[in-house]
Amino acid sequence: MRFSIYRYNPETDKAPYMQDVELTEIRPDMMLLDALRELKKNDETLSFRFSCGEGVCGSDALNINGRNGLSCITPLSSLAEPIQVRPLPGMPVIRDLVVDLTQFYKHYRSIEPYLIVHDPVPEEEFLQTPEQREKLDGLYECILCGACSTACPSFWWNPELFRGPAALLQSYRFLADSRDQATADRLQALEGPYRLFRCHTIMNCAEVCPKGLNPTRAIGEIKKLLLKHII
Amino acid sequence: MSHANYGIAKHRFDTLVIGAGGGGLRAALQLAQAEATVAVVSKVFPTRSHTVAAQGGMNAALANVSPDNWHWHMYDTVKGSDYLGDQDAIEYMCRAASRLVIELEHMGVPFSRLDNGKIYQRPFGGQSQNFGGAQAARTCAAADRTGHAILHSLYQQNIRAKTHFFDEFFAVDLLLDDEGYVLGALVLEIETGEPLIIEAKTTLLATGGVGQLFRTNTNAAINTGDGMGMALRAGIPVQDMEFFQFHPTGIAGKGMLMSEGARGEGGYLINKDGERFMERYAPQAKDLASRDVVSRAIATEVREGRGCGEKGDYVLLKLDHLDPEVIMKRLPGIRDMAMTFAHVDPIDKPIPVFPTAHYTMGGIPTDRFGQVVVPVNQGAAEPVPGLYAVGECACVSVHGANRLGGNSLLDIVVFGRAAGNKITEYLGESRYHRPMGRQYVDKALGHLARWDKRGKGESVGALRDALQRTMEHYCGVFRIENVLAEGLAKVLEIEKRLEDVRLQDHSKIFNTARIEALELENLVSLAVATVTSALARQESRGAHTRIDYPDRDDERWLKHTLFYREGRRLDYKPVTTKPLTVDSFPPKPRVY
Repeated sequence: MRFSIYRYNPETDKAPYMQDVELTEIRPDMMLLDALRELKKNDETLSFRFSCGEGVCGSDALNINGRNGLSCITPLSSLAEPIQVRPLPGMPVIRDLVVDLTQFYKHYRSIEPYLIVHDPVPEEEFLQTPEQREKLDGLYECILCGACSTACPSFWWNPELFRGPAALLQSYRFLADSRDQATADRLQALEGPYRLFRCHTIMNCAEVCPKGLNPTRAIGEIKKLLLKHII
Repeated sequence: MSHANYGIAKHRFDTLVIGAGGGGLRAALQLAQAEATVAVVSKVFPTRSHTVAAQGGMNAALANVSPDNWHWHMYDTVKGSDYLGDQDAIEYMCRAASRLVIELEHMGVPFSRLDNGKIYQRPFGGQSQNFGGAQAARTCAAADRTGHAILHSLYQQNIRAKTHFFDEFFAVDLLLDDEGYVLGALVLEIETGEPLIIEAKTTLLATGGVGQLFRTNTNAAINTGDGMGMALRAGIPVQDMEFFQFHPTGIAGKGMLMSEGARGEGGYLINKDGERFMERYAPQAKDLASRDVVSRAIATEVREGRGCGEKGDYVLLKLDHLDPEVIMKRLPGIRDMAMTFAHVDPIDKPIPVFPTAHYTMGGIPTDRFGQVVVPVNQGAAEPVPGLYAVGECACVSVHGANRLGGNSLLDIVVFGRAAGNKITEYLGESRYHRPMGRQYVDKALGHLARWDKRGKGESVGALRDALQRTMEHYCGVFRIENVLAEGLAKVLEIEKRLEDVRLQDHSKIFNTARIEALELENLVSLAVATVTSALARQESRGAHTRIDYPDRDDERWLKHTLFYREGRRLDYKPVTTKPLTVDSFPPKPRVY
């Protein structure tokens, strides 16, 4: 199977380049991550992140044949050759397929991604009906892999100002939580032309999310809440 | 940050936490709240830690679904441990459980809910009401993504607490002074390849287990036992390493975990004849017997020719009789995974499964405060000053010879918090950092420099493959003297070959080959510890099954193993059978 892999080692390479490599022993059912690990056995300089191997840790988001996804749950059989493997778009490349996600994490931290409760907490659990809890489905499952934000043109254009789909999905995860008491503050922090409103519903985020989540929808919900809040 | 020491950057904190899974993050949170300065060093971004992969849930006797109390939970845990668990620590854990689940819920963990708004609990293996009676439902769950939910919430709380994170820094070695005080660690910044000293009055190891010892495992690639390896190199023993849990239901041939929650929700196992074979092995608990029991049963079915598939090398986990709604609501994650990796939708078809290396019951010996304790001169165990350990890398021991499902998320939260409190106490008594001498750092730098050697040699990847195959073949579910002895010889040969391994990549920036080499050293030292301990223990207890010694032998073996790296020396220490306040649970035959 033929691969074309983005290579860049800042210590030795003047510029990034695409390297053509071939893997001869392909097992049925192999995922892209399995192939990358095999390739690394032949050339240990090839650098990429990975960990759980089953799509829950979010380490190994890459740009695969032009589309963002997790290498560990992308079957080779689903990919046309030569398989183009690049780092996540729009992020500074540290080396090969490893990108610097500092900005991405900064946005995540900025939306205050934790439950805020002002009242004294009860002795037992907060009660939450199954229907209230269901509102968190499709939100809390985010693995922070970065596939969505780095597929978003609005995020490419305003990486410092637009929070990006991942952070906004998490923002809505707390807005939607019946236990959270910081709705007004959360909404206020998203006002202005950039942080939230740079989303132009291009939908790349929902298209690529490896967990099947829909940040565009969450952003739409925040916009609705914000309108209500302003009125 | 200063460069006072020999051109190596140095940071100073009250506490250094190594590892950002649930244990490390819970401890860091406790310390931040006590206003200690805390550095959390993790080789991956915190939410990539392996806690994220825990599925089924966390045990606590909330009694939201079935009558329950902590004492029943304690009994089940002692019995599940095959009486090797320390009953003081088990009582402590089970009593703390309910309060700590509530605390997590208050932090924002999105637990699934019952109609009355309380936390949803599901039945799990080895759980009973009234000391061995009817099945209990004790496992608090956020669908089948409980670890993800807890890890993210704990990380979020640490963001709120402004904990210092050193993301993608690899801990190389502990730094100890001549009196045996732990002064911090030498760590490597992965992005730049630069070593750096983190000085701390207290160091907490929370580095997780060592599932990568085995070829087929449910574990993340990062689970290479780094903290245990560091402890061994510092002269500290590891305890009970022969007890390695094989989870009954990993996807056959691949290893991805299919949560025990699948059986908790009503799934069961069948062999090639369609027989629900667990009824023969555990007439009362059936598919919800302890994990060691179910794993042995599956392995036996396959050995005796009742396995499924062309090669007869797996059994089936049947869920297709359940309401699809239950699968989609309660088990969405494993449904996804089964479809991705086994090409089976469990709503329609059963999933091929086989026992898969899952959890390290053994680890760095600690007391119930998270202090690392080591026997001194054949005497009682004493704390190693400044060193703490929690979670899978530690051995308290609350899991003994076999961990109950749902007790590992509990373990990390309970002992993460306890260690945080104990460290706070120690910090109150120890105002100043002890002097850091150059000589303490030199050894660790020498260790790191070993990988600068150039030339031809075996590769890290090839030797790791050899190690994993050896462990799987010679030290799996069923063990026997001559096979273990052969396995030990093989592992020692691998240890020898490790000296001749050379890196081809000597670059500095994000050199993952170097990290994998350092991980391989840890894996090899733990493989030696595991096989040596397994060969010595001439009995069957919990997860350690010796065909040549099929019975538990409390007279000779109701004791913890300690393995020291130097001379591969073994030592033993008694099990604490006396709980804190209640009567002891004396060893009994273990039937489910």
